[in-house]
Amino acid sequence: MSKKIVQIEDVGQTFSTKNGPFTALRGINLDIHEGESVSLIGHSGCGKSTLLNLISGLTTPTSGVMLCDGREIAGPGPERAVVFQNHSLLPWLTCFDNVYLAVDRVFGAKEGKAKLKKRTEDALALVGLSHAETKFPHEISGGMKQRVGIARALSMEPRILLMDEPFGALDALTRAMLQDELVKILAATKATMVMVTHDVDEAVLLSDRVVMLTNGPAATIGEILEVKLERPRDRLALAEQPEFARYRAAVLDFLYKKQLKHAA
Amino acid sequence: MTLAAVADRAGEPGTEKVSRVRAAVQSSTGKGKAMKVVTAEQAAAAETPATRSGVRIGAWGRALLRVVVPPVAGLALLIGLWHLATLNGGGIPSPGKTWDAAVVIFSDPFYREGPNDQGIGWNVLASLQRVAIGFGFAALVGIPAGFMLGRFAVLSQMMNPIISLLRPVSPLAWLPIGLLVFQRADPAATWTIFICSIWPMIMNTAQGVTRIPQDYLNVARVLKLSEWKVFTKILFPAVLPYMLTGIRLSIGTAWLVIVAAEMLTGGVGIGFWVWDEWNNLKVEHIIIAIFVIGTVGLILEQALMLVARRFSYENR
Repeated sequence: MSKKIVQIEDVGQTFSTKNGPFTALRGINLDIHEGESVSLIGHSGCGKSTLLNLISGLTTPTSGVMLCDGREIAGPGPERAVVFQNHSLLPWLTCFDNVYLAVDRVFGAKEGKAKLKKRTEDALALVGLSHAETKFPHEISGGMKQRVGIARALSMEPRILLMDEPFGALDALTRAMLQDELVKILAATKATMVMVTHDVDEAVLLSDRVVMLTNGPAATIGEILEVKLERPRDRLALAEQPEFARYRAAVLDFLYKKQLKHAA
Repeated sequence: MTLAAVADRAGEPGTEKVSRVRAAVQSSTGKGKAMKVVTAEQAAAAETPATRSGVRIGAWGRALLRVVVPPVAGLALLIGLWHLATLNGGGIPSPGKTWDAAVVIFSDPFYREGPNDQGIGWNVLASLQRVAIGFGFAALVGIPAGFMLGRFAVLSQMMNPIISLLRPVSPLAWLPIGLLVFQRADPAATWTIFICSIWPMIMNTAQGVTRIPQDYLNVARVLKLSEWKVFTKILFPAVLPYMLTGIRLSIGTAWLVIVAAEMLTGGVGIGFWVWDEWNNLKVEHIIIAIFVIGTVGLILEQALMLVARRFSYENR
């Protein structure tokens, strides 16, 4: 088995609220290996984004150990790039400058201007947005904004790409298109990815493993489904494959039979 | 594999998409021009050349009428009422008399005959200068203070009661303090402007800082940007629209207050001029001054609105 990038050992997260402590996550154990794509899926409010924020370091766990490359995760850093749900592009910077900000931060100390510019251009070309370099975020569509967000994350050449419902705010057609693009990008860059989603098709299509969380409060990992579909995966071909349907059914079964009982 | 190599591959599919996007891009870059061309073409296709120009002039005329007529009608109504009210004489001069006086005044706005008898242009400029100095100092102090209050909750908790206490005080109440400290009328007036301009700038800047979307700050945290980069790339641009609102409110108040302050301190300035003309019982000059003050205030406000629109990202 390939190298572990992220190790999560018995991690729990408790928030203090007005009504006393609230346990969002407990007993999470998960290893993420190099080059692997993992989806976190569960009903809304189950703490999938909380778990992603823990990996990114935006929040720190109240118990347990989180390691990235063998070192404790003490805070966020560019080696764990995040694609935010609502793109989070800076509206006063052009698409180019939004990506350049990240490139400059990561590579600015050791590379010249021309090299940094090239990196930025490459990242935008990777998501098919070379023509929109000089546009401001308000001048492009929601799908394009999200692609710039992905370009910004990839431009940092992160150890691991963290995506928080990256396509949640998009219409179904744009979402499908971006998913297909992401499949290609992941295959080409061999990037490691953790993605939060509530879309079963998306989880099965994009991941090597689907991590299913039980309902909150005090959510934990219920099941982990290994998706052993051949890559590259093609949306249309998969739709007719019985294996794809079986994986899909397994996730749906978990979400709507095993977990729905607790929901009420 | 490098990103460049990957880019070539990922760029392959979707030429159709690219061309679609390109079309969208083109239409959005040339917005005004492109749209006009389209409408002209459509018109050409639909109608014969003879009717076309007529229709277009008609449409233009109607648009012009809609924009111009209501304000002109409002102004005419005001002058009409004014005229009716002054038909039977009385202290208030008629519009005609005021107009004649205005023509005399504006034919030589920059004359100088001693310190107390100068053209209206000098008076307006003197007032604007006081506003600019007082306002400039207020910005120098108020905007950094606003950033500090927005960034550090403790500071904000410390200062908020003081600000809440002082803000509703009429700036003119500060005039005697200014006179005491500076021993001269001119800096005292400037000081009054400073005090009244500073509150909106502090409050709005601080509010802007506290309202920066968490997403932007998360971006800064994930990138581990330096404090300087956070300030120049995220904090400052995000707060700028709020800051400009504060500046606009400040300028408005400053222009309100300068007239009153100058009435009390004397010297050269539009406020003093109003008081001087009252002493000379030239009421038509006072009415002219009111129009001048209003016009200058309007120009200041509109100019800042233009600047604010340039830097507003939320409504795009």
